[in-house]
This record gives sequence, structure tokens and C-alpha cells, in this order.
Amino acid sequence: MDLQTILFWIVAIITGFSAIAVVVTQNIVRSAAWLLVTLGGTAGIYFLLGADFVGATQLIIYVGGILVLVVFGVMLTAQGPFISMKVGAAEWAIAMVVGLVLLVVLASCTMQANWPVTQQARMDDPQRSLNSTTLAGAFLGLPQVTPKARMPIPGGNQPLPPARTPVAYLLPFEIVSVHLLVVLIGAAYLARAKRRRGTVV
Amino acid sequence: MSPNPEDALSGYLLLGALLFVCGVLCMAMKRNAIGVLMGVELVLNGANINFVAFARYNPTFEVEGQIFALFVIVMAAAEAAVALAIVLNFYNNHMTVDVDTAEELKG
Repeated sequence: MDLQTILFWIVAIITGFSAIAVVVTQNIVRSAAWLLVTLGGTAGIYFLLGADFVGATQLIIYVGGILVLVVFGVMLTAQGPFISMKVGAAEWAIAMVVGLVLLVVLASCTMQANWPVTQQARMDDPQRSLNSTTLAGAFLGLPQVTPKARMPIPGGNQPLPPARTPVAYLLPFEIVSVHLLVVLIGAAYLARAKRRRGTVV
Repeated sequence: MSPNPEDALSGYLLLGALLFVCGVLCMAMKRNAIGVLMGVELVLNGANINFVAFARYNPTFEVEGQIFALFVIVMAAAEAAVALAIVLNFYNNHMTVDVDTAEELKG
């Protein structure tokens, strides 16, 4: 057991436990609090995988943005009977059975599949690991992303990663930008204050 | 001693599967509309863990995995904003957030 494995199991147990607690808790406010732990633990998983930029984005957008939005939604609607809505025992039993079956199917598929993995020395080396500059280059389709991925690993007899064709994600990036603008206008339109007839808001 | 990369990858994939199942159960069971929204976030997080894990352990996927994860995070932000606006609108019109009472479109 090296340090990375121990850290992974610590973070994974925290994340999985709080994800189960989100489902089990009846109180919606506590559910939001457990969701905070789950999203933070997921960011920890990203950092363990060497995806620094994705982990930072997860912390900023999910924990800092979406969760604040969800908590505001809970605060605006949590009144009296809506804080904890009870679910019947029969529904609990059905849900547990379905969830266990689904989990067993997914876990057995994961275990039996033959994933093409290689021990990657690249991500363990901070000089050559994937940083945000590389990600930005991939978004723009810059050619220097490709030769960097094909650089031979010094002092090792590992096989070279297969040659990559230069790919650009510029068009999806632009589509996402326009999509965010549309969503911003749509959310502001949907959530606007109702204007009553004859009064100035 | 470094662990076998396939075992390490399996751990991440199992965690992603657990988050996915929790999210599906959350979507199916919660009667509060905001609880359903939390289930969607859990499902997207489970998928994202799989993307980043394959970006780490599969060299042909190392850029794509992280970029797809970023796209999913942005989509989740947009979806959460619109869904919360709809929930607040529903609450303003019906004075409840119980999804069982939203049955006006039922045939």
C-alpha cells in the first residue's frame, strides 16, 4: 500500500458514505449538507488523479456555485411540511432492491471488462504532466499538444503511446459558450418577479 | 510498492458506479423537487469520475477525458440554474415543491 492508495481509500470512503447519506436522509437541508461533502470529495478524487484543473473547476463551479444555488432553493422553499417529506416503507424496500441490483450489475461489468490501461509515468512527473496550458491547447487545437503526447519516456522500455491526431474542441467550446448565454437569459426569464397589474415593482 | 494500475482504475470506476446508483435512487425516491435535482448532480459526478479516471490510466484518452469532464461540469451548472428557476416558479404557482402534485399534464 503506497500513499496514493491509502489516500484514495480515505477520500473514496468519505465520498461514498456521504453520497449514500444524501439518499437516506429525509431532511432536505441535511441532504444539501451531505451533497457538499460529496462534491468536495469528488474534487479530492480529481486531485488524486492528477487532474488539477478539473479539480479546481469542480471546487469553484460545483461547490462554490451550484451548491450555493441549491441551498438558496432549499431556503426559499423549505417551509413546514416540505423540509422532510416521508417516503413509505414499501417504496424504500423497492428502491433498496433496485439500487443493489443496479450496483451489482455495474460493479460486475467493471470488474470483468478488460480495460486497456498502462502504467503512466507521465502523470507522476510534474514537469510533463497535463497542465492547464495543455488543456487550453487542446481546446484551440494547437499542434504542440500532439508531439508532447508522443515524447518517449526516458530510461524506460515502456511502449510509446499511439500517435494522436490533432483534435480541436473549439466548436464545442463555442457551442457551450452560446448555450451558457441562452441558459442565463432563460433562467432570468423563468425566475423573474411577477409584475402585478397596476403596481410598479 | 506501486499498485497494479488495473486495480487502481477499478477502484475509481467502482466509486463512480456507487455515485451513479445513489443519484438514480435519489431521483426516483425524493418527493422534494430539489432532492431530485441533487440526484442529477450525483449522477453527473459519477460519470465525471469515470472520465477523469480513464484520462489518467488510458494514454489515448488523456486530453479528452479531462476536456469532457469540463464540458459536463459546465452543462451541470446550466442545468442546475434552469431547473431551480423552474422549481421556484412551480413553488410560486402551487405553494408546494412536492413532485407528486405536478400532474396537470397527466392525460
